[in-house]
Amino acid sequence: MVDLSRVQQARERLDAHVRDLVAWHFSPETGCPFWLDFASRLDFDPRDKIGGYADLKKLGHFQDEWLRGGPVRRWIPKGLAGKGVSVFETGGSTGIPKYRVSMDDFRIDYEMFSDTLSDETFPKGCDWLMLGPTGPRRLRLAIEHLAQYRGGIAFHVDLDPRWVNKLIKRSAFHELELYKEHVVDQALTILKANDKVRCVFTTPKLLEALCAKIDLARYGITGIFCGGTEMNAQFHRFAREELVPGIDFRPTYGNTLMGLACHKPFVPEDEYRITYYPPHPRAVIDVVDPDDPNRVVDYGETGRVMLTTLTREFFVPCFLERDEGERMGPIDLYPWDGVQNLRLFSRLQSSVVVGVY
Amino acid sequence: MRQFPVLRAGKPYQSVDRVPVQHFLTGEVMGELSMANSGMIPWDIRHKREWSQRLSSIGIAQWESIFTRAANAFECDVLGAFDQSFEDYLDQLSATTGMPLTLCRKNAAKISAALREIRPTLQGLMRGMDPSQLEDSRGGVMFRREAACMGAVLPSNSPGVHSLWLPAIALKVPVVLKPGRQEPWSPYRIAAALIESGCPPEAVSIYPTDHAGAREILMNTDRSMLFGDERTVSPWRGDARVQIHGPGWSKVLVGEDMGEEVLAFVDLIERSVCENSGRSCLNTSSVWTATHGYELADGLAKRLGAINALPLNHPQATLSAFAQPEVAKLFSKMVDELLQTPGAEDMTAKYREGGRVAVVDGAHFLLPTVVWCSDPDHPLMQMEFLFPFVAVTQVPQGDLLNHLQETLVATALTRDEQWINQLKVAHQIDRLNIGPIPTFHIRRDQPHEGNLFEFLYQQRAYQEERQF
Repeated sequence: MVDLSRVQQARERLDAHVRDLVAWHFSPETGCPFWLDFASRLDFDPRDKIGGYADLKKLGHFQDEWLRGGPVRRWIPKGLAGKGVSVFETGGSTGIPKYRVSMDDFRIDYEMFSDTLSDETFPKGCDWLMLGPTGPRRLRLAIEHLAQYRGGIAFHVDLDPRWVNKLIKRSAFHELELYKEHVVDQALTILKANDKVRCVFTTPKLLEALCAKIDLARYGITGIFCGGTEMNAQFHRFAREELVPGIDFRPTYGNTLMGLACHKPFVPEDEYRITYYPPHPRAVIDVVDPDDPNRVVDYGETGRVMLTTLTREFFVPCFLERDEGERMGPIDLYPWDGVQNLRLFSRLQSSVVVGVY
Repeated sequence: MRQFPVLRAGKPYQSVDRVPVQHFLTGEVMGELSMANSGMIPWDIRHKREWSQRLSSIGIAQWESIFTRAANAFECDVLGAFDQSFEDYLDQLSATTGMPLTLCRKNAAKISAALREIRPTLQGLMRGMDPSQLEDSRGGVMFRREAACMGAVLPSNSPGVHSLWLPAIALKVPVVLKPGRQEPWSPYRIAAALIESGCPPEAVSIYPTDHAGAREILMNTDRSMLFGDERTVSPWRGDARVQIHGPGWSKVLVGEDMGEEVLAFVDLIERSVCENSGRSCLNTSSVWTATHGYELADGLAKRLGAINALPLNHPQATLSAFAQPEVAKLFSKMVDELLQTPGAEDMTAKYREGGRVAVVDGAHFLLPTVVWCSDPDHPLMQMEFLFPFVAVTQVPQGDLLNHLQETLVATALTRDEQWINQLKVAHQIDRLNIGPIPTFHIRRDQPHEGNLFEFLYQQRAYQEERQF
């Protein structure tokens, strides 16, 4: 049974964080041009009317289309002027990309995540293989920072999800296979040439392809951090029981807008169902009724994922994600709501291409 | 409720991802499919050589007796661990696919025959050769196996197709199957019958899975069969490893010499259109005649227009219901829209009461439809639907082949030897019947849609000099 006082404390901390962040993002001294312009068209001052998390709905739902195209500087908070800025692109779709600017958030997110990793299976000072989408994506720098933060070096192999999507759309399955092999072969070369690599970040599909070629445990891999599409309970079981038995397997859910959510520690009673908890209070996940996004569904009920990101660099209130899942209650480790069995939002399934990444 | 586990080289595996198999009408959950994650398939197929070796160790004569026993088991009332009576099997098949019991029984008979008549089937596939030639190099003839395993991505709409992949096992090639979501009944029953009869479990793997899993089967097996509509199969055309079982666009062609006599073949054409509720690629979907076109279309319409939808358990039922009513409505709408293109007439409309979509006991059916096209290039001449549909046109015999597109089966009604010779070399026609042979008629010695044996084996040069 979760300690209810901890749930209450987390909630109070979140409300205080919301007030702090709203004051920051809507202050002419510290806010970014986008949110200041947004506020100028409201008939209220968010700093007066938003007293806690529940009030964020007064701002409506964030539209990720707002992130498409430039100028990207409209997202840089004045209060952070002068800091080095990275720009990350979301997803694998083509056309004009959606951008997120970032200074230190990806470092903070991954440092927080690092603290959840075991030093035994993700040993400090050991090296990493990052096998997944790099290029303009946050993962490239984030995994490298994670490795460095833990005293290691990250080796990278790139996978271009946009090319994968194009191949799938034109049913070029043989080419897709060749591309996957090309990517996996590079990973094998790195593993063979660098015997200090103990930790791997990769996606489910690439993990399968990699394991079909080699036994990762024999190559000294002790920890795998795995994220991306198609991470369902059956894959989770398959990975633990067959692909990488004996290796610490950490499913994660991350995206450019939110950061990185942690998986509830594995216990057999969960039957491999994966429950993610967002990095409170920097990000909040609600599971809402798709037909009435203002209604949070009951525990155990299915709904659409609604994400709120609350950092000094980036403010995303009430964004309706392309995912759905079951709402899960707080646990001692994470005394706030989580989401289980995350999957593509069923009403979008026909329009979204999910590839090898 | 029946559980359909993943069969991994014959070993049951209960997935944590399961989907219901439902009664098409009531939604009653009749079974649960354990879904394989797509990565499991290539992971398992790594062992294909071991599976294949296991099958190789069994001689052809032994395979024959395994298959005969399996035919008995398939038809028997209680089937070992699978614990399902034959009548229950037919009821369940009908309940999830919408196929009438009469057709379920007919399709099941095809499966039984494929098991029971394995020797003549193999002989037919091997063009009359003794199947034991596979194990021997008599007469210097030797064969090399091209596939350590064969995949099959199976449909839900016609259980008779299982008779097509079955012989692969007796040809010592293990199979990796993706069953249709609505029709897992037959492949699981066949697998249970075979394993109960002494077939090594490694011979059959069954992976209920999604599109990505189907892709893994097609990519990772050495040879495979793919059943599906044009959209599903078109990306795989040109891949010699994949045998396509897509739309057949099968046709009846009528020569000028037939004159009025063609009207005597209405019955043959009706059967070619309507057999198995018109769901097979072997069903006639168009008639191209050099004579009496409109009269033929009208005669056919009179016959097909009299066919009614009946309850699925009716002994005279010949039409399958659509598991998804919206699909029936969509097909009917497509026909109606294409009828708007000038030069086409729905000949059946005047012979039936009500519209093309019929609802009986809550189930949606599409009634047989005959369309007359005055223009041979009318789009309806190139259509194939999952119900008895045929378009008829008249075109001068000398010009007919110029209009003809891809054709799985053509039955030519003619005695004109010159035209027969032209048809024999027509590149568009895969399987050719000369004379009144229904398009769905298959002879074991004339394999349909490619020869399975030639798909799995290749003759190799072989020389011996043992005295040294």
